Amino acid sequence: MKMTGAKIFIESLKKEGVEVIFGYPGGVVLPIFDAFYDSDIKFILTRHEQGAAHAADGYARATGKVGVCLATSGPGATNLVTGLATANMDSVPVVAFTGQVKTSLIGNDAFQEVDVSGITRPISKHNYLVKDVKNLTTVIKNAFHIASTGRPGVVVVDLPVDIQIQETDFQYPEKAEIRGYKPTCKGHIGQIKKACKLIANSKRPLLYVGGGVIISGATDKLAEFVEKTGIPVTMTLMGLGAFPGTHKLSLGMLGMHGTAYANHAVQESDLIIAVGARFDDRVTGKIDEFAPHAKIIHIDIDPCAISKNVTVDIPIVGDANSVLSDFNKYTQKPDISEWHKQIEAWKKKFPLSYKNDSRLRPQYVVEEIYNITKGKAIITTEVGQNQMWAAQFYKYDTPRQFVSSGGLGTMGYGFPAAIGAQMGCPKKTVFDIAGDGSIQMNIQELTTAVINKLPVKVAILNNGCLGMVRQWQELFYKKRYSHTMLESCPDFVKLAEAYGAVGMRITKKSDVKKAIKKALDIKGPVLMDFRVEPEENVFPMVPAGQPINKMIGALA
Amino acid sequence: MKKTISVLVENHFGVLTHVSGLFSARGFNIDSLTVGETEDPSISRMTIVAEGDEKTLEQVKKQLNKLIDTIKVIDLTEEDFIGRELILVKVKLDPKNRSEIVQIADTFQAKIDDARKDTAVIEVTGDENKIKSFIEMIRPFGIVEMVRTGRIAMGRK
Repeated sequence: MKMTGAKIFIESLKKEGVEVIFGYPGGVVLPIFDAFYDSDIKFILTRHEQGAAHAADGYARATGKVGVCLATSGPGATNLVTGLATANMDSVPVVAFTGQVKTSLIGNDAFQEVDVSGITRPISKHNYLVKDVKNLTTVIKNAFHIASTGRPGVVVVDLPVDIQIQETDFQYPEKAEIRGYKPTCKGHIGQIKKACKLIANSKRPLLYVGGGVIISGATDKLAEFVEKTGIPVTMTLMGLGAFPGTHKLSLGMLGMHGTAYANHAVQESDLIIAVGARFDDRVTGKIDEFAPHAKIIHIDIDPCAISKNVTVDIPIVGDANSVLSDFNKYTQKPDISEWHKQIEAWKKKFPLSYKNDSRLRPQYVVEEIYNITKGKAIITTEVGQNQMWAAQFYKYDTPRQFVSSGGLGTMGYGFPAAIGAQMGCPKKTVFDIAGDGSIQMNIQELTTAVINKLPVKVAILNNGCLGMVRQWQELFYKKRYSHTMLESCPDFVKLAEAYGAVGMRITKKSDVKKAIKKALDIKGPVLMDFRVEPEENVFPMVPAGQPINKMIGALA
Repeated sequence: MKKTISVLVENHFGVLTHVSGLFSARGFNIDSLTVGETEDPSISRMTIVAEGDEKTLEQVKKQLNKLIDTIKVIDLTEEDFIGRELILVKVKLDPKNRSEIVQIADTFQAKIDDARKDTAVIEVTGDENKIKSFIEMIRPFGIVEMVRTGRIAMGRK
């Protein structure tokens, strides 16, 4: 049956099971938007393309499905760039469609033309420019396959406007056939057995678990492995929720703002089992002094990640779920009761803490959100101190609960991501933990939340400054607060109301609990302006260039 | 150290950009890069000579493999391979050195593609050592211009 490119686009997305698209219209996507008018596919109109990209990303992280966003050419496409780079750095499956000027004008500096393929090449897993409508279905099939398999990532599909109008028969391919792309899923059995032998003989083993475990759906197999071996678990920012944070064998997060006991455990360990993590600099600190006594087993689906930063003793390329399944067949329990005692001692000596007085402190707000939501909410974050406190003081027991820009660290991510997560998980409570700086970067999405009746709760930890940068200026630049004071502007309550949302201001510690409960009862988006202590710092902290056991502020 | 890497890629629009973009983004040093169709017109072969330490070059191979358009990466440095390059050298001519230059060309089985009053273009094909020796022999006469294809290579197996 003959269809236009625009109609083929919509039918292809339906074949891929796409339920929602986030985006913004423009000149060269008019044919697609005209086709949307007759279609029942859910389209969420954001108020900035960056919001659409972050929403697609938040949707993907919360649901495990591929996130889809759509923008027009030129500025529409370039406005997606930050969002796509954010998603790609954290291996989130997103397919981004951009309109493009007609094929005969490409390269001519036409109105609203940019080289999208060139601009997004370094921040995407792959990209396509469709030059013939007959290739459109194959491109879309391949795009979704590439985005969602192996190590997931962003795929950008550039659609010239004349392709959207051209007609051809609609035939959707059954399978994606890409001869240059065959990710390895099953780990090498020889390596796995070797690794299990090391584990059986280890005295101070440690599991170092990252986002890859969540992407792979390996949390059950990981729990089984921990049950069999009794090995304690530390998680990266991206891995929070891969293992229950409330479990007694959980050491919480490691690295620059991780718990002191996790960092000490790494530095004293004799065997590190890395699963779906990439030895990022936020985790390793001074790399040549990282885990000095440990042998390293590294399980990852991406061969590039193995031995990239840290030389590994037993590399295992494969999907975490499959490899851990095999581990569970061969592994034996090591004798590590002394190690457990040492870890308990560290936990007692170096708990995460903050001053518990009458002042309204940001950590208290996060703790109360945790208590009142019973640890079951989806928490998105902005970037900086708010992000670190959300990682430290909310305990995540299940995967896909913690949605945060880890690799790129994009301010302005949390709020649109919360919108995407709420779309994907309508029955869940979604909180964005924000700072007064970050929240302003995509504040326009309040409209999106209000109009689409998405009851996202935003907790602004308002300290009147760019918190994390101010902390570094305090600790390393003699408190020379150069341009980090945000002057407590705007009035967030009035701003929320201007958008048709509910605004609340909380200035006293004694009002926090009831404010959170009230927000949860409101059937729409709520912006909460918590006026917190201005010079509160995130501790512990591993200063730049130090090994991770040399922390500031580790003792209460 | 130098590595000669042969990469089979899809013969698609934009593949060259992906590969060269990869090298520049990761800061890898390329000495030369050539590309052309193979016996299968849907597949092109790229021959890349890269410079770096062992660890960097391992990453180069892995990153190349990761590209969607890459079908296969062969590290020829580890194999026995035949490497060839073609160069065109425009050299200064005068009646005094003319016959000497022709003799050198003969020794290297080179061809004289163009000869004018005061310049000649000499074409030489060969492995790395032959090309290097020829350039050293001809340099004293005055090289006006030189263009090289970069190495192409094929495993002997």
